[in-house]
Amino acid sequence: MSDIPLRSYRPVTTEAPLFRTALIVVVLGILAVLLFAPLITVFYEALRKGALEALTSLANPEALSAIKLTLLVAALAVPLNAVFGIAAAWFITKYDFRGKAFLITLIDLPFSVSPVVAGLCIVLTFGANTAFGGWLVGMGYPIVFALPGIVLASLFVTFPFVARELIPVMIEQGRAEEEAALTLGASGWRVFLTVTLPNIRWALLYGVLLANARAMGEFGAVAVVSGKIRGVTATMPITIEMMYNEYLSVAAFSLAGVLALLALVTLALKTALEIAHADALAANHRH
Amino acid sequence: MRIEIDEISKQFGTTAALTPVSLAIPSGALVALLGPSGSGKTTLLRILGGLEFPTSGRVLFDGQDATGLTVQDRRAGFVFQSYALFRHMTVFDNIAYGLNARPRASRPPKAEVTRRVQKLLELIQLPDIGSRYPSQLSGGQRQRVALARALAIEPRMLLLDEPFGALDAKVRKELRQGLRDIHDETGLTTVFVTHDQEEAMELADLVVVMSMGRIEQIGKPADIRARPASQFVREFITA
Repeated sequence: MSDIPLRSYRPVTTEAPLFRTALIVVVLGILAVLLFAPLITVFYEALRKGALEALTSLANPEALSAIKLTLLVAALAVPLNAVFGIAAAWFITKYDFRGKAFLITLIDLPFSVSPVVAGLCIVLTFGANTAFGGWLVGMGYPIVFALPGIVLASLFVTFPFVARELIPVMIEQGRAEEEAALTLGASGWRVFLTVTLPNIRWALLYGVLLANARAMGEFGAVAVVSGKIRGVTATMPITIEMMYNEYLSVAAFSLAGVLALLALVTLALKTALEIAHADALAANHRH
Repeated sequence: MRIEIDEISKQFGTTAALTPVSLAIPSGALVALLGPSGSGKTTLLRILGGLEFPTSGRVLFDGQDATGLTVQDRRAGFVFQSYALFRHMTVFDNIAYGLNARPRASRPPKAEVTRRVQKLLELIQLPDIGSRYPSQLSGGQRQRVALARALAIEPRMLLLDEPFGALDAKVRKELRQGLRDIHDETGLTTVFVTHDQEEAMELADLVVVMSMGRIEQIGKPADIRARPASQFVREFITA
């Protein structure tokens, strides 16, 4: 009778313990330096002279106007882009046509074009010294240096987020469920509401959250089109920059803290929704 | 319902999926569209169901021109190749979908919907799975639920695209008999697409052999076996 030597085998997909520990340390280190340290600094700088000072700086009309403007722009741009994104993803995934690849590239354009260039394009297209822009100003609806321009710029930079999230999900799901609903007598609108939308809701939510974060945080494009008019067209990121340049560090970091908090709240919301709907997610085998 | 296909052709871009084909299906028949992939059999089925429209030709239901009839108005019970069950709905809601999608005036009350869904679940011999999701069912169960969902709208005909394609041999045999029983019970004109000649010959009253967008032969299984009309049919049915 031969003794089989006792050896501990580790799963083939796992690395050696030392290597594993090193990897984890490197990842945590990068996260700490790039993510946590700056985030903590923002709140530290904001609260350096006490919470009261920070809150007072936020009550300043300039800061309040910036917060209101940013929320308003996000509230306008995000729903519009959710609708555009669904329409674009629907068009791309449910129909076959020539130039489809070109259209997908176009949707990605805002990722590759610098936001400043995008802002300049809006100024050059809708500015007061162009025929169309001049006419709009004459009618009392200026676009550049006003809310419409900021919304347009935000729409441009957030355009890809929803469509990008939806296209792969909708391609994978195909058209069969929609066709089945049609043969069962449902109208096109009913099919969209009862079949398409429930199937894409998680991807849609994710895309909307990303678009929202970007819309609230956009600097470059908005800086060009808004004209940075204090208390009127200065959004939160722009107000933060102006305050920082004027050595109003508590005010700048307090406002930055609010912006960071808004982002953290969206993330928390998403996680909460995912936990609450864990069953539905499991049934869907997705995300 | 009697179905007539009158000189139907279908072009996709520059490729012809169907060169003009004609076919008369008597009321209550169980018909197989048999052919290799690319023969145009699924295209023909989808044209009957209103999911594609022909480039030329006419479709007649009981002698009435139905060529331009919308997919909703055809009332064709359609079973898809991968069943296309609504993944976010329970089996019950899947089967009830067609009843709930009716215009308010003709929509049956809730209790009636429940009663009908339960009856259909019994017909497919799965009375207790109403509260499950499609992902929790086996392939054979999914196929039967898809059949029940199609029957729920009280269809005028039953159209099935490779209904047994994704199943193993044993389940396939059982479900063949299941389809035969349901056909005999409901008396619905039934058309199914298959590439499996044995399945077509065993199940159908009438077999339509197709190849490259053309109908090669129409006949009873025994007649096709005894007198194949072309070299293609001879080779295909002995394969």
